[in-house]
This record gives sequence, structure tokens and C-alpha cells, in this order.
Amino acid sequence: MVDKQVGWGAEHADVLVLGIETSCDETAASVVKGGRMVLSNVIASQVELHRLYGGVVPEIASRKHIELIMPVIDLALKKAKIKPTDLDCIAVTYGPGLVGALLVGLSSAKAMALALGCPLIGINHIEGHIYANVLEHKDVEPPLVCLTVSGGHTDLLYIDAYGDYKILGRTRDDAAGEAFDKIARVLGLDYPGGPEIAKQALSGDPKAIDFPRGLIHEDTYDFSFSGLKTAAINHVHNLQQKGETLPISDIAASLQAAIVDVLVHKTLAAASAYKVDTILLSGGVGANEALRDQLRQDAQALGINLYYPSKVLCTDNGAMIACAGHYRFLKGQQSPWDLNAAPQLRLGDPV
Amino acid sequence: MQQLKVVSDSPEATDRIGWLTAGYLRPGDVLSITGELGAGKTVLVKGIAAGLDIDPAQVTSPTFSLMNEYTGRLPMYHFDAYRINRPEEWEDLGYEEYFRGEGITCVEWGNMIEEYLPRVFLEIHIEKDAVQELQRTISFLDVGGGYEKLMAKLRKEVDHAHSWD
Repeated sequence: MVDKQVGWGAEHADVLVLGIETSCDETAASVVKGGRMVLSNVIASQVELHRLYGGVVPEIASRKHIELIMPVIDLALKKAKIKPTDLDCIAVTYGPGLVGALLVGLSSAKAMALALGCPLIGINHIEGHIYANVLEHKDVEPPLVCLTVSGGHTDLLYIDAYGDYKILGRTRDDAAGEAFDKIARVLGLDYPGGPEIAKQALSGDPKAIDFPRGLIHEDTYDFSFSGLKTAAINHVHNLQQKGETLPISDIAASLQAAIVDVLVHKTLAAASAYKVDTILLSGGVGANEALRDQLRQDAQALGINLYYPSKVLCTDNGAMIACAGHYRFLKGQQSPWDLNAAPQLRLGDPV
Repeated sequence: MQQLKVVSDSPEATDRIGWLTAGYLRPGDVLSITGELGAGKTVLVKGIAAGLDIDPAQVTSPTFSLMNEYTGRLPMYHFDAYRINRPEEWEDLGYEEYFRGEGITCVEWGNMIEEYLPRVFLEIHIEKDAVQELQRTISFLDVGGGYEKLMAKLRKEVDHAHSWD
């Protein structure tokens, strides 16, 4: 069972890390061995619950996390066939996210780490998404550019070395996934909006409507999706006022094309400017096929490799948190016991 | 109740109205900002932020995080109740600390959590124009009485701005 991979140290191949993630929808726990071997990855999603309400409901989120956290951790340990006392450290997401939800994971992690006498390592959720790629692609090495896109985040990062991040750009208003969700709601589609829009887009014409591509020609790596949101909503309202049937698949395809165009354009511009030959894609919107395809094609044309995690690791999960924790553990890092949930944590903020 | 209506013909104008408003805000003020998706609520809050010496580029939609906190010449607490489906869900957020705090509280979709707003607050409603795509009517309403001075000063500013047009 010993991974012979060079570069991350075979002497650390036996390190066992429990990763806990409860920043939003998912109650997740995972045991990762040696930083890259996923022994278990349990994710209890509340998407079904939230679907009833058309969005993440914070109160449900924290209450459900409380009910699910211990069974999820127990199952992760059981599937990994290890005892709690076998763990070398416990890594947990402490931000950004919903405060009530974060606290459930963080308190559980603290209690376990104290009881077991092992280190507690707080992980930034966005950093975790980067490590979802590290887990799956053993040849990924910095320097690289990473695009993290989800319901709450649109971050373009330059990573010179693991743990050394520079934020090149982020959204100035709405996150890409938020634009998907809000427009899906206006179109009467289900939650979460991203996959529904992607499904509708399959049968639509991406050139049907020329939606704005915010900041695409500006000299910045920042994103802006609120103009697109407003344009799409206005488009829908105008058609409704005229009593016309909504061409949902065309709107979905055109909207997706607009979002993908901007994400791909800025990411490739950053990769070229920083002369990297590796791009990572991560976060929930990273599961979008149109985004993966266009980014892969355009990157290949420039001789740049694109990596993205399997879909299960695109969504929030404990394995990526455990993997990020592994590398901090090897560096001897440890969080203080008074570590608090940081709903607005940014990358690069001190742990 | 005092009311003031201002017409904005662009997102830039909405931003400017936010900036003007910020000039008259005092610690502890609570603003409920309403209007449909895409009306320009976040744009207005960015203008308010700029007026509080907060970099508006840092101000992003709080829909996902529910609350973002910024530090300027006064702190600004930027809430979003868009995802709140039942008002009780709001209680989990620890909102009272902020409403009673030393900063400026801006609540987008404040109408969704009306019962949790203080007795006195400033309501700012942004209405999209049915015909002119970029035009908005921004209505200020002094709920509970406490924003008379702000309204009077803002009215002067707006009249002044119009006389310059």
C-alpha cells in the first residue's frame, strides 16, 4: 500500500489525516493516507433538501450538519478501516462559508483532536479546492494557475509553490455559480442552477443571444457577472411581457457560453502572462462540461496542460481538506485551539 | 413618513447616489435595500462603500456568504436575505450584534426579514423602469423617523445635482 511516488516523501506515506468539510451544503469527512491515497470520502449532501426551497437555506444547513456530522465521520473512519486513535491529525475547513455550518465541522474537529491528543489544522476552503487536483493528479507541480469557480467563489490564483498563493483576480460582484443559480431561478429551473442550465444548454444555440462578457477586454484578471445577470433577466422579462414562450435552451446555452468565454479568456491570459504550462480548474462550476471542454481545447492550443478533478472532488468534500492538511502537517503547522470560524476568510490570510 | 424619490439613469448614477448617501450616515444606521434581481442593490451598496472609504472593487455579492464585513472610515456590514426562505432562518446569523454595532448595516432584500429590522431604519427601494432598461427610481423611506436630517440633506444634494444637469 505504500505509494512510491517521488516528490512527496515515502517516509510520510503512512500519515493518516481526517478531513472535515461543512462550509455550505455538504457534510463531508474523509480519511487520506500519505496525502494522496483516499481511504474513504463520505459526502452527505443537502442539495435535495435545498432543492425544495430553490437555494441554500442557512438554517437547514447548520441544523442538518449537526445531525449528520458524527454519522458521517464515523462512516469515514469505518470505510477507511481505521480507529480514531490511528489518526495523525485532523484537518477542517474554517472558512470561508456560512458561519453556522462552519462551526459544526470546526467544533467536531476540535473535540476529536483534543480527545485524541493530535494536532488540529484549519484549512481555507479555497485552498482545499486546489488540493482536490493534487489528490488526483500526481504529476501536478507548481508553478501553475488555478481557477476556482463555485456558487460563492470566482478566484484566479497564481501558485508559485504549494502554500504560496497570489490572487490574480476575483469577481467584483457576483460569483459565476451565483449567476447560474439566479438566472436558473428566473427561468424556472431547479436548484442547483448550474447543472440545470448545462442540461438545457445541450439542446440550445450558444450564439442565439449575445450576452455581455463582463470585463473581457479590460486589463484585469477580475471578473464581473452582474451585468450578465441583469441582461439575462431583462431578456427574459422582455419576452414575458410580449407574451412569448421562453426559448429556455437557447438562453441557457447563450448564458453558459458567455460565462465560459470570460472564465477561459482570463485564465489563459493569466497562464500566458505568468508563463506556466499548467492550469488547474476546481470548484463546483469546474464540473461544467462546456467549461472543461473549451478550457482544455484553448489551453492545448497554447501547449498548456489542464487538470481538473473528477466530479465528486469538484463539489465540496473532505478528501481535499485532508490532503491540504497533510501538507501543512508535514510542515509542522498546527492551528490554535481557539481557531474560530472565519466566514469571509481570504486566501493568504494567516491561519 | 418622509419619502424621497431619485431617478437614476445608469448604474454609475446609482453608484453615485450611494456615495452621496454615505456622506450622511452615522454609526449604527441600518439600511434595508429592496428591489428585484438585477435592480442594482449591490451597485448602490458599492457606492455607499466608496463613500465610507472602502474599495468598492472589494465589495461583492453577499448572496452566498449571507454577510460580508468591510472596514472603512466606519465598518460596513453587508447582508443579503435573498436565500432566506423563512424569517426564523435569519436568527442563526447573529445579526443583532451588527444591527446594534458601530458600523453601517446594509441589508439587501431587507423586506424578506422585516420582523428583524430595527424599529427605525432607512428603506431604499430600487424600481426598474418598465421601458428604459437602465433607468431606476430609487425611493428613500424614513421608517420609524430618525433619518430626517439625512433625507433633508440628500434632498438638497439631489436638487443641487439636478440644477447642474
